[in-house]
Amino acid sequence: MSASVEKGINALKGQIDSTVATFFSSCVHCGMCADACLFYTETGCPTRTPIYKAEPLRRIWKSEFTLMGRIGKLLGLTKPVDEACFSRWEKMVYDSCTLCGRCSMVCPAGIDIALLIHKTREGLAAAGHAPQGLIDATRRSVETGGPMGVKLPALLAQIRHVEKDTGLKIPLDVVNADYMLLLSSMEIINFPEFIEAIAKIFNKAKLSWTISTESYEATNSGIQIGVSDIAAELVQRIVDAAEKLQVKTVISPECGHAYMAIRWDGPNLTGKPFNFKVRHILEVLDELRLKGQLKINKKDSRRLTYHDPCQISRRGGVIDQPRHLINLFAENFVEMPDAGKMNWCCGAGGGVSANERADDLRLKVFQRKKDQLDKVKPDAIISACSNCRIHLEDGLEEYNMDIPLMSLTETLAEYLED
Amino acid sequence: MTEIEFLGWVRGTGFQLATVIFIAGVIIRLVEIVMLGRKANLAEPGGSEMRSGLRTIISRMIPDKSTFQRSSFTIVSGYIFHIGLFICIFLFAPHILVFKDITGLSWPSLPTPVVDAVTVVTIISLGSIMLHRYQNCVLKFLTNTEDILVWIVTLLPLVTGYIAFHRIGSSAPGLIALHILSVEILLVVFPFTKLMHTFTIFLSRWYNGAISGFRGVES
Ligand code: SF4
Ligand code: SF4
Repeated sequence: MSASVEKGINALKGQIDSTVATFFSSCVHCGMCADACLFYTETGCPTRTPIYKAEPLRRIWKSEFTLMGRIGKLLGLTKPVDEACFSRWEKMVYDSCTLCGRCSMVCPAGIDIALLIHKTREGLAAAGHAPQGLIDATRRSVETGGPMGVKLPALLAQIRHVEKDTGLKIPLDVVNADYMLLLSSMEIINFPEFIEAIAKIFNKAKLSWTISTESYEATNSGIQIGVSDIAAELVQRIVDAAEKLQVKTVISPECGHAYMAIRWDGPNLTGKPFNFKVRHILEVLDELRLKGQLKINKKDSRRLTYHDPCQISRRGGVIDQPRHLINLFAENFVEMPDAGKMNWCCGAGGGVSANERADDLRLKVFQRKKDQLDKVKPDAIISACSNCRIHLEDGLEEYNMDIPLMSLTETLAEYLED
Repeated sequence: MTEIEFLGWVRGTGFQLATVIFIAGVIIRLVEIVMLGRKANLAEPGGSEMRSGLRTIISRMIPDKSTFQRSSFTIVSGYIFHIGLFICIFLFAPHILVFKDITGLSWPSLPTPVVDAVTVVTIISLGSIMLHRYQNCVLKFLTNTEDILVWIVTLLPLVTGYIAFHRIGSSAPGLIALHILSVEILLVVFPFTKLMHTFTIFLSRWYNGAISGFRGVES
């Protein structure tokens, strides 16, 4: 057995716990998870059945952690996890799954299939079978702090622009601030309007907040690729900055995976509970709304709909807040079919957007989103994840759909009372 | 071995053997799973694991509307054969007598013609499930030897029970012995196949609900 295969197998073994064993023991091969997954519904390809994507992990569980499997292994009856297996599953696990978790909501046996697929990625990454795009993004994250290689001078330049445009000061490295804002590289480079929006809203609400110049990147490629050591290191950088500035709450920006990484996975990766809270920007904004600090006086009469980013809604629990916020200005809000916790993924989460090899596939499965949109025919779409946003824009263009796309935070800032 | 001796064996030694394998097997499987343990979640909870876990055990019985539309055959046939199996196993008067013999517990039965009709429906639904397995591309792709084996050992007690009850083709002792034997095969196969979902599904749904509920989502 080659060293990399052995590493992969060991990584898979390290992923097995009682949840994994229970889940695999409960699968009845009913196939319902396939009908829940856009990578199957839009391609009709049965190898994209969610539970099948976790097959390498299942094989290891079966042959190493069950009595019958061990006997079977002695008799040479079990299916191997080898180089061929790893290379066959690479595309299934990285290109054909966004870890959206819709399958996990549908499986009648209650199997959290997305969790199993994520754990399978740990094995593939260790065996050297992660896609190049993700490997590069992860390397850049470790070396430069962010997956796109955005360094501090770039952030500072954007901040200066924002300060000039708004006349507001962006507080940097403020000790004892209540909130520390994180950003995704995508926002820094492509959507500096987001920083502008936050500055406006927080300034109006007189919030005590700051951005750390030592750790501002919210996304975590380590999680997407499935290398928990790196994921932990990236989380630790945020923890260090938050502790240094002694902030009460760290804010995850409009990025689904970033929220999942820092809010739900973070302390489990570093092995220690945080001594600060983590909130998604929409949660913070909704708290401001409840306190009456979000005064909106302009109304939007267009037909608006909301795309739930998977990691924020279904996997993250921030489902009602965006709707409360949208209702502040929307006069004509419509929900897409399956909206909320059963929403369909845009097709580019979970590291798929960082993996160029999957470009055609992600645009193909966008048909699911197109179908959903066709049912309600909105005048504009609101969302709250910069990754969804980039891909939705791509998809809309690909399918010649002329629907503007708005960030919820930015829209709120626009409609704020002067 | 005569028919009567055969019946005696399946009722005695055979039954004891099968029961021991079944119980020991199920315990081994459950211990195997639980012993692996699970790390405590260190994030700040957004909801109760326990409440949400218990909720999902029940709520996962009811699919949402769009899932129902997409997988209606699987869901309807799944419901029919599970309820059918439950009625045939637990609500048939002679079976209740057997349970009373073993456990001392007894409960009301359904009228025999009703159970008889349910048996036919269950057999038909299991048959259609196998047809569906080979017509649906996902199911065809997923199906392995274990799925076929489990299907056979689940179907056999129904078929042999039906035949024995209607005395088709042979005399009563031999048919009943065959029926009991088929149940014993089911018991022996049970712990080592996906039939284990009968038990693990509760834990699995609980985990699913707990994982989601911790983040404040009802799953
Ligand atoms: S829906 Fe659940 S039980 Fe059915 S095949 Fe998928 S993972 Fe297995
Ligand atoms: S997590 Fe989403 S993309 Fe991945 S298999 Fe499940 S439904 Fe498909």
